[in-house]
Amino acid sequence: MAVSTLERSAGSRPEQQRSGRLRRLPLGRWGLRGVALVYLGAMVALPAVAVVTRGFGHGFASLRDAMAVPGAAAAIRLTLITAALAAVINGAFGTLLAYILVRLRFPGRAILNTVVDLPFAVPTLVTGVMLVALYGPNSPVGGFLKRHGVQVIFATPGILLAVLFVTLPLVVRAVEPVLLELDRSEEEAAHVLGAGGWTTFRRVVLPAIRPAVAAGALLTFARAIGEFGSLVIVSGNITGRTLTAPVFIFQLTSQFKGDEAAAVSTVLFAISFALVLLTERLTRRRGDEFS
Amino acid sequence: MSTRPTAVPARGRLIRAGVLALGLTYVAILLLAPIVGIVWTALKGGPHVVSDTLAQADVRHAFFLTGIIAAVTVGVTAVLGMVVALVLARDRFFGKRIVSAIVDLPFAVSPVIVGLAAVVLFGRGGWFEAFFAARGIQVIFALPSMILVTIFICIPFVIREVVPVLEELGTEEEDAARTLGASPMQAFIRITLPNMRWALLYGVALSTARALGEIGAVLIVSGAIQGQTETATLYVLRALEERQDAAGYLVALTLAAVSVLVLLGIEVFKRRQAKEMGR
Repeated sequence: MAVSTLERSAGSRPEQQRSGRLRRLPLGRWGLRGVALVYLGAMVALPAVAVVTRGFGHGFASLRDAMAVPGAAAAIRLTLITAALAAVINGAFGTLLAYILVRLRFPGRAILNTVVDLPFAVPTLVTGVMLVALYGPNSPVGGFLKRHGVQVIFATPGILLAVLFVTLPLVVRAVEPVLLELDRSEEEAAHVLGAGGWTTFRRVVLPAIRPAVAAGALLTFARAIGEFGSLVIVSGNITGRTLTAPVFIFQLTSQFKGDEAAAVSTVLFAISFALVLLTERLTRRRGDEFS
Repeated sequence: MSTRPTAVPARGRLIRAGVLALGLTYVAILLLAPIVGIVWTALKGGPHVVSDTLAQADVRHAFFLTGIIAAVTVGVTAVLGMVVALVLARDRFFGKRIVSAIVDLPFAVSPVIVGLAAVVLFGRGGWFEAFFAARGIQVIFALPSMILVTIFICIPFVIREVVPVLEELGTEEEDAARTLGASPMQAFIRITLPNMRWALLYGVALSTARALGEIGAVLIVSGAIQGQTETATLYVLRALEERQDAAGYLVALTLAAVSVLVLLGIEVFKRRQAKEMGR
């Protein structure tokens, strides 16, 4: 009995089991590993290394010079502010929409579920074109807003709208599966004990979905920082006022300022990479809790 | 009857209606209003704008180029993405978490930076410029670099959809097939591939949509040469800059329409997958 347990526990050591599984596939273990690592290495890691190397071309001094490029600091600041706003706003509304999709039954729920995924499908450039068509100076809505002193396109509100559009599904899709798995009996218990809807949400539901909301918001933030396609249309090239970092980088490359572009890119890249690692950690911790 | 535990008191029902209204209003203003805006603007010129625009040689070439880039990208990211997914789901090795983070990197990195990386690698004075120049292969300002950057951007989609399904599936069925004498290739094609097909197709659909709409990286590496390296998105950008608003809006609307069809495909795949996972 004792021997067999020992044997079983030795035989099912995850390392052995997992590499064994891989050996049963075509190409074998080392073949698959090799293809995967070469693919990711050549296609993702190499370009990343190339930008960072170029950015640090003359050591940290060149990085400092980059931040001194007129407009660089302002562009990065505007990018971070709009991305943070997008993370907060879509963090709140994304959670709300996930709650609606999971917990409420109403006609048109399937349509709402599809519409929420629209930003995954619509090209970001087209998002920008859409916003210009709706809020641009030649449209009825844009004209109305302009008469009341509100400028949307070629200004910060337009940038924020574009980023909100593009990132809307991220929080919804991060929170939805966690809400689906959540045991409703706790909520019912809170309800029976006299807690109102809001109290139940705040004290019971929110603590359970908080890691998912945070992961979704981080992803939103990361995605918003990098957004280009819609903003190249909407932002209107006013250096220091309406240029976000990616559009600013594009402008530098089209003026053949490769060094400056690479340096600003490195700053942006460092932020994105840190966010990816952070999100990885957050989602992993959630996974560990379940196992 | 009203003592049913799930019965909602009148006040609760009111709050639910409020929550629902708030969510729907947000979606309507943020997502639906701009769509109405573009449809109205693109089509207000009348039907002849549609036929005139789609008859332009530039427009046809742009769609053709976008189609080629999307097809190659989807093929590469699907096949090699499956390999990476198998390794991530079934293998264990030192540095696996770093590999996993590398897979997610294209989600976060701005496409503009991807384009810049390609310039550093293949552009004037780039790391591999001499190598390809000696062999007479034009990489930058040509199709190869446009495809490479699009692949970079689309890498995560198939992998991130397939990995959880593979983890959930386990290896019992494959093991059974192998015990019964199937070769590794047979087991993969007959067992593993059919089991993950909906997740794979969902990833492919997301990849297609992203590849069709890619602009930032392609704009930098292609040089946007009219009639040569101009994709559909680049055409839209030029049309708007040249104040040919009608043509620009129409091509943008066409791209959006194709994407929405892809999205509906995505929804179908997702339902099937949910159904199979739930069985």
